[in-house]
Amino acid sequence: MIQIRDLHKYFGKLHVLKGIDLDVDKGEVLSVIGASGSGKSTLLYCINGLEPIQQGAVEVDGTDVHAKSTDINKLRQKLGMVFQQWNSFPHLTALENVALAPKLVKGKTKAEAREIAAKQLAHVGLGEKVDVYPSALSGGQQQRLAIARALAMEPEYMLFDEATSALDPELVGEVLETMRMLAEEGMTMICVTHEMGFARDVSDRVAYFHQGVMEEIGPPAQIFGDAQSEHTQKFLANVR
Amino acid sequence: MEPTVSFFSGFTPNDLLFLGEAALRTLWISVLSISIGTVLGVAFGWILFEGKWAAALTIAPVLDIFRSVPLIIQLVLFYNFAPIIGLNFGPFASGVVILTVYTAALVANVARGGIEAVDTPMRRAARSLGMSYWQDLRHVVLPIGGRAVFPAWVGVALGVMKDSALVSVLGYVELLKASQILMTRTQEPFLILSIAGAFYFALSYPISRYAAFLEKRWIQ
Amino acid sequence: MFDYNFHWRPVMKSLPDLLEAALLTLQVAVLAMALGIVIGLALALIRLHMRGPLLWLASSWVELARNTPALFQLFFFGFGLGAFGLHLSPYMIVLVGLTFNCAGYLAENFRGGFQAVPDTQLRASRSLGMTAWQAYTRIVIPQVLRIVYHPITNQMVWAVLMSSLGMLVGFRELSGETQFFASRTFRIFEYFAVTAVIYYVIVKLILLGSRLLATRLFRY
Repeated sequence: MIQIRDLHKYFGKLHVLKGIDLDVDKGEVLSVIGASGSGKSTLLYCINGLEPIQQGAVEVDGTDVHAKSTDINKLRQKLGMVFQQWNSFPHLTALENVALAPKLVKGKTKAEAREIAAKQLAHVGLGEKVDVYPSALSGGQQQRLAIARALAMEPEYMLFDEATSALDPELVGEVLETMRMLAEEGMTMICVTHEMGFARDVSDRVAYFHQGVMEEIGPPAQIFGDAQSEHTQKFLANVR
Repeated sequence: MEPTVSFFSGFTPNDLLFLGEAALRTLWISVLSISIGTVLGVAFGWILFEGKWAAALTIAPVLDIFRSVPLIIQLVLFYNFAPIIGLNFGPFASGVVILTVYTAALVANVARGGIEAVDTPMRRAARSLGMSYWQDLRHVVLPIGGRAVFPAWVGVALGVMKDSALVSVLGYVELLKASQILMTRTQEPFLILSIAGAFYFALSYPISRYAAFLEKRWIQ
Repeated sequence: MFDYNFHWRPVMKSLPDLLEAALLTLQVAVLAMALGIVIGLALALIRLHMRGPLLWLASSWVELARNTPALFQLFFFGFGLGAFGLHLSPYMIVLVGLTFNCAGYLAENFRGGFQAVPDTQLRASRSLGMTAWQAYTRIVIPQVLRIVYHPITNQMVWAVLMSSLGMLVGFRELSGETQFFASRTFRIFEYFAVTAVIYYVIVKLILLGSRLLATRLFRY
């Protein structure tokens, strides 16, 4: 499980996370909602150690992410991440995009890595696009490629950072569909998202972030039907 | 002892004056060649853009030669070729001719790039407002395309300024040739080269930085 | 119209020697480029990520290489260093001078290339568990190489053209060899004309080779 205790994060003088306490259990799907700049993306970066933290602790299965003694590259294998900008590697084919990390990081042979990659590409519905370069893929396809790339590391947790925000509206559906599929397969997921429909239908819990504070967390029915915080109510009224 | 001292004498204030005059000659031959070469180059660039295949078959390959043969070879060739066809060109005139053509060959590409940088829709808009072809060129293409390639042109101009040092092979006493002469006499190569280098640097560095600054500002 | 009788036979007789010298030209240019790429990469990374004396050194290198004439740089390594008791052979003068120059220009190309690859590429790589070294060598640098491929090709052409300055520091590469024969036979124009053709062919071959290589390297 992921345990976050009293997490504080500063960018220079800017206090972006102000004491977050949060537990995410194995198999759970947590959606994180909130306005831009509320610190929800930063939370994900702190969970997989892409951003250092200033106070508190983040533990993944009992390992302190930010401890000096932690092999962060090893730990990150457990934590797949999908970004808003899909960041496919433009100089590699779809298959090579997915096969690279298993080969480099997990030490798989070339054949093994390619097999894993082919399997994951088929998994996200890109079985036909194995030898295509990202430039020939649509945004939605590139984002699914990014998901396959993360899955190829056989992560135990998946972190989605506004995975659909940069997509054209007509391409959002296919990516959400892939995320839904993962959730149904039992993947533990933290999804920072602006897709309220997804948050309501797919997640086990929804957390609302406001100015670096987790204002409210609970089952979708509670957050969407009976929000306690005034900020949450206001935010939800505006996005609907 | 006296005569040897005067032959291999140290660096004197007079020598500084000598270097200064040579630096002015570097400036003079550069400014002259860059000015004429730019005008010619812009004209060539326009022909390359408008002429399409006709230009591709005629002036494009000729200009290409000047970019594919070392400048020093061009200088020696022209200097030795001019008398053959009865032209009595000295080192300075030969230098100006070749540096000018060389500049023009480089500027032609830059200028064509500038014209291409102005989108067709924008030019159509200008024409649809009733501007003539020349008005469009003067009031739309020149300011917009000119901005787009100004930094590249500065690069070419500074390059030619630095390359003007090569005219020394013909015996024209510009800055580097003057340095060479003084080095032989004073046997103080480090000092003299430092002065010469500082002059080039002081001219080139601020201009290139200013061009980079303008480029950044125009992008915004 | 010509009072001048062209004599091509002596040139043709020494063509094998010229071609051999052309190989030397290519050799020194390729070596200077190889060294220049490695050093240029290092200079670019220092300028992007470091502070203190190393940054100062790298910046000075780049700015001096770009803002002074290449011939000045050769003179400096050839004669200027003599003040410190360092005397390089003509071959080394050209190799060191060209490397210094190429590294400076390539450093700026690399810097632009690194800036053109989004930071998020590095982040995505690290999120997959790659080490910083793996992310740089497998993800960032291949993309940078594509961005700087054309500038590198151009610099290679420049290196060949610049190596002709060897003739002014006593190096018998293509130009030096040409001058040697030309001054012995007084057929200056003929010799340099043939040499110009050889340079032209070399440059065209480099550009052609680069284009062929690009189609194999960059399929995306």
